[in-house]
Amino acid sequence: MSEVDSEWMGLTLTGARPRAVAALYRYFRDIDLAEEAFQEACLKALKSWPRNGPPRDPAAWLILVGRNTGIDTLRRRAKQTELPDEDKLSDTEDQEARVVEQLDDSHYRDDILRLLFVCCHPDLPATQQIALALRIVSGLSVKQIARAFLVGEAAMEQRITRAKRRIAEAGVAFDTPDALERSERLGVVAAMIYLVFNEGYSTASENQRERQSLSGEAIRLARLLLGLFPAEPEIMGLLALMLLQESRAAARFDAEGDVVLLDDQDRALWDRTKISEGLALLDKAIRHNRPGVYQVQAAIAATHARAVRPEDTDWRGIELLYRTLEQMQPSPVVTLNRAVAVSKVEGAEAALKMVDPLAAQLDGYFHFHGLRGWLLMELGRDGEARTAFDRAIALANTTAEATHIRQHLDTLSRRQTRAS
Amino acid sequence: MLYAILCYNDEAEVAAWSKDYDDKVMGDLIAVQRPMAEKGKLGPVARLLPTTAATTIRKTAGEPLVLDGPFAETKEQFLGFYVVDCENLEEVVQFVRELCAVNPGSGSYEIRPVGFFNQGTKSA
Repeated sequence: MSEVDSEWMGLTLTGARPRAVAALYRYFRDIDLAEEAFQEACLKALKSWPRNGPPRDPAAWLILVGRNTGIDTLRRRAKQTELPDEDKLSDTEDQEARVVEQLDDSHYRDDILRLLFVCCHPDLPATQQIALALRIVSGLSVKQIARAFLVGEAAMEQRITRAKRRIAEAGVAFDTPDALERSERLGVVAAMIYLVFNEGYSTASENQRERQSLSGEAIRLARLLLGLFPAEPEIMGLLALMLLQESRAAARFDAEGDVVLLDDQDRALWDRTKISEGLALLDKAIRHNRPGVYQVQAAIAATHARAVRPEDTDWRGIELLYRTLEQMQPSPVVTLNRAVAVSKVEGAEAALKMVDPLAAQLDGYFHFHGLRGWLLMELGRDGEARTAFDRAIALANTTAEATHIRQHLDTLSRRQTRAS
Repeated sequence: MLYAILCYNDEAEVAAWSKDYDDKVMGDLIAVQRPMAEKGKLGPVARLLPTTAATTIRKTAGEPLVLDGPFAETKEQFLGFYVVDCENLEEVVQFVRELCAVNPGSGSYEIRPVGFFNQGTKSA
């Protein structure tokens, strides 16, 4: 096998993973056993595929072989040591076709949704939900996940083990969910996928690469979900939102790793393919006339994506969209974002009037003080601006954020020097 | 004689490719296309966006039905295609409705946004 082929094989195994692990989980009703069985099946694939050629449906092959090895493990555990030999396991051509027939898309659908859903157990804190989904569904290694979260490998291993125990104890329904249950599961899973995305998007420059892979994983999961539930406008909205945000990835940081604001980004670096896909999905979603928070947020991102230059941005449209979002999901952070749009349409004075009442709720929030400082600076209230920026720096989550605020402080200092 | 070459593959696999791997594959494909392009034999080349971005319009006795997702019938065959430059999905859907109105019999049209597009070098 050539080098490219082995790379292709790795990618194929990754691509087949969610379907295969999900089906094995339904079969064994045990996450660890399902993962183990999949791992074994992959090892067998690495031996068998180069020799016999890749199977027509890799996922079905992996499910079948995984099921056999899993049963084997169970037998061994029950001290009935009877091992089918390798050739018997690899001779799957006929059986493969049968498995494909049995596992039609409707089965896959609920299998994968279930697998994603167990990762979102309400008892688990958000970070553990994300870690679990990345480990179980995406198949990222513990080491990769640990690096993305800036924690040690042992600590992450422990966290995942604990989370798995939690979901095993909680139990999950294995019968086919009804329509209502399914739509509830979809909502919960969508929220988890967006968490994964944001974990990658709120990039710290120190581990940018690992983090960005999280955004990619989230997009992959949303694509998978939409493929299974093709008529769900909010899933279209979610995928559109993530693609449109991710399209700016290459322009968001400069060579030093510092944040580049939307207005200052080199728009030639925006990924046009991701934008096209995002816009197409949003168009599709809108046809359903069933608006939701992801669709509205995607529409905001789309408005930015459509502007060739920053000054072409339809801020009035964005302001309206944030107003809609405020009604659907009232939150001070949404109001803060609307204030940015208001500052562009009506000016800093009007925006500041909106921002100030949020102080009690957002006092511990970096972006609140950052925006407030900027508005005060625009209005020439430099002393107050400085106080706000000092507060923002103390709350910065990443060095890039802190650097950005420091630049504003430098501007203020230069202004002061000139004035005196 | 003009020939259309249709590309099929497992989308889940292709979506799992890293950007580097995808770029490499695209580069290799473009290198194969180059001699054909230089001879003026290459027509338009397009890479379609994932089927999750697809919309299907199915002809019915009454108004055509607009459905989410790709074309999934196996009893119909791929007979031809258009590439159009439209403002949004609504505009394409309108055009396809007009096609449906004059195209007799049953059948479907699948609308897929195009990611990569190369006009080609073949003259009309």
